[in-house]
Amino acid sequence: MSATVLEAPATAEAGVSTAAVFGALLRRDVRVAMRELPGFLLRTTLQPVLFVVVFGYLLPKMGFVSQGYNSALLPGVLAVSLAMAAIQAVALPMVVDFAATREIEDRLLAPIPTWLVAVEKIVAGMLQGIFSALFVLPIARLIMGPIPGLTLAHSGEVLAVAVLGAAAFSTLGLLLGTAVSPQHIGLMFSTIVAPMIFFGCTYYPWRGLDAVPAVKYAVLVNPLVYVAEGMRASLTPGVPHMPLPVVLAMLVLLTAVFGAVGLRMFDRRAMG
Amino acid sequence: MQGAIETVGLRKLYPAPRAPGSRFRKRAQPSPGVLALEGLDLRVEPGEFFGLLGPNGAGKTTTIGILTRRVRATAGEARVDGVEVSARPVEVRRRIGVVPQRPNPDRGLNVVENLLFHAAYFGIPRAAALPRAQGLMERLGFADKAQARTDALSGGQQQRLMIARALIHEPRVLFLDEPTVGLDPAARQELWAILRELHAQGRTIVMTTHYMEEADQLCGRIAIIDRGRLLALDTPAGLRATAPGGTLIELSLDGDAGAAAEAASALAGVDRVEARGAVLRVFTPRGGDLIPALIAVAEARGRVVKDIQLARPSLETLFISLTGRKLDA
Repeated sequence: MSATVLEAPATAEAGVSTAAVFGALLRRDVRVAMRELPGFLLRTTLQPVLFVVVFGYLLPKMGFVSQGYNSALLPGVLAVSLAMAAIQAVALPMVVDFAATREIEDRLLAPIPTWLVAVEKIVAGMLQGIFSALFVLPIARLIMGPIPGLTLAHSGEVLAVAVLGAAAFSTLGLLLGTAVSPQHIGLMFSTIVAPMIFFGCTYYPWRGLDAVPAVKYAVLVNPLVYVAEGMRASLTPGVPHMPLPVVLAMLVLLTAVFGAVGLRMFDRRAMG
Repeated sequence: MQGAIETVGLRKLYPAPRAPGSRFRKRAQPSPGVLALEGLDLRVEPGEFFGLLGPNGAGKTTTIGILTRRVRATAGEARVDGVEVSARPVEVRRRIGVVPQRPNPDRGLNVVENLLFHAAYFGIPRAAALPRAQGLMERLGFADKAQARTDALSGGQQQRLMIARALIHEPRVLFLDEPTVGLDPAARQELWAILRELHAQGRTIVMTTHYMEEADQLCGRIAIIDRGRLLALDTPAGLRATAPGGTLIELSLDGDAGAAAEAASALAGVDRVEARGAVLRVFTPRGGDLIPALIAVAEARGRVVKDIQLARPSLETLFISLTGRKLDA
């Protein structure tokens, strides 16, 4: 218990690079994510996995759907896992942070521009989204059995879809996380996220909606459509799908729009 | 020499709150918002222990918020260690440590990680941060909780964790916002000792409080602010010397004190009289001698005296004379 431990103030502030601060912020989020991994995976991947059990295993066994359906289902399931994990990883803690605990304040006091704290949150959300999709892939494959037409030959394209899809949903998470109040989180999931999953071309390919043109064009406002279709284009190109360049362009556009609005909102919430 | 903190004409207007269910508000006149600061000029010298004293809503937290770049000023200048806050916020963050009003530890991390990661945000490598964190935890008395979840800490321990966090990157200026609110008397005394020690090492400390005694005990100079304005600024002794007319006698009546106040002001030995609702305040150099006369005056005006309080000249009486209200009101 020596009194000298509370050192005298330094006379010069050692400069620290922005990249080093950013890296420390990211390490913090990785540490916390690792600690909460089981709960996080359950929250974000249980629903897609259960869907795989019913639609990818039970229904084909019963003969209600053909084995070929799995080729359309698998990419959609990966898209849901990726998108939900990215959106939740960013939005959920942020809602609580800004509305109640202000825990994020120690990061807002870090010597780095405020908007970069938000960018770090986006990057951390992207990592968690991609991790969730990678986690679900082998499980889904195991439950479904062999999937006709599944190829990893276009892994660069898969990666591009995964990264851009995760970016779109991570920035959407930032937007929702700064806009939604804690008492409305449940409402957000039932009114925004749930319809997004059901009308996200996740459990059926977009071209399948040719039969219902009104729905086919209405779902184009849904960002999840592009992730699911991008996954189909790169993982099971035999299934009818949107052209990959269109998918990638839309994901870039959505990321830019969600990101621009989300960063503004973050700045407004961070500073009174 | 440049001040540790300088503000010039600092002004903050919060936009009108959009309360949930405020449907009728839209139809009413557009609210002008809340003016939290109205042209605040302050200068704190390096190494000072400076107190911002005022009741809730005086603008203390807003002032600290602007200086620590968590609140955007509507107008005016604010400099910390010579650095303009709005122009170079990152430079300012490097120089300051902040202890918030309510402890907000990072609950995703355990106690020691809170310190190590905060150090990492300031570029201090783990090897250098660990002994420093250890030292701070020992000195502040929660080293045994290093691996605990932050929820396992008591309120006082959480507050000390916030102080350790604010110190781990060796800031030049330490801001504390109502640091002892919610602490029991023993924890408060302990915190005071720590703050004195930090100050003795030459650190600049800026603290807000609405406890008169706390400001009096710790601060070299005190700024009294209320409703966003600076009302007085001096050493505690200097402020006490300007407290008006000796003793403050406060009578609580059973109804409006206006008529009684008028009559009381005609009494000999009365410096100043003030009526606030049912409360009659009289400043007098004659101590308690005036009490019988005041009771008689009140009763002659048809009022019953329900309570009488006496206060010696103090920061408290000065504050009441400046603002018309008590600190804890």
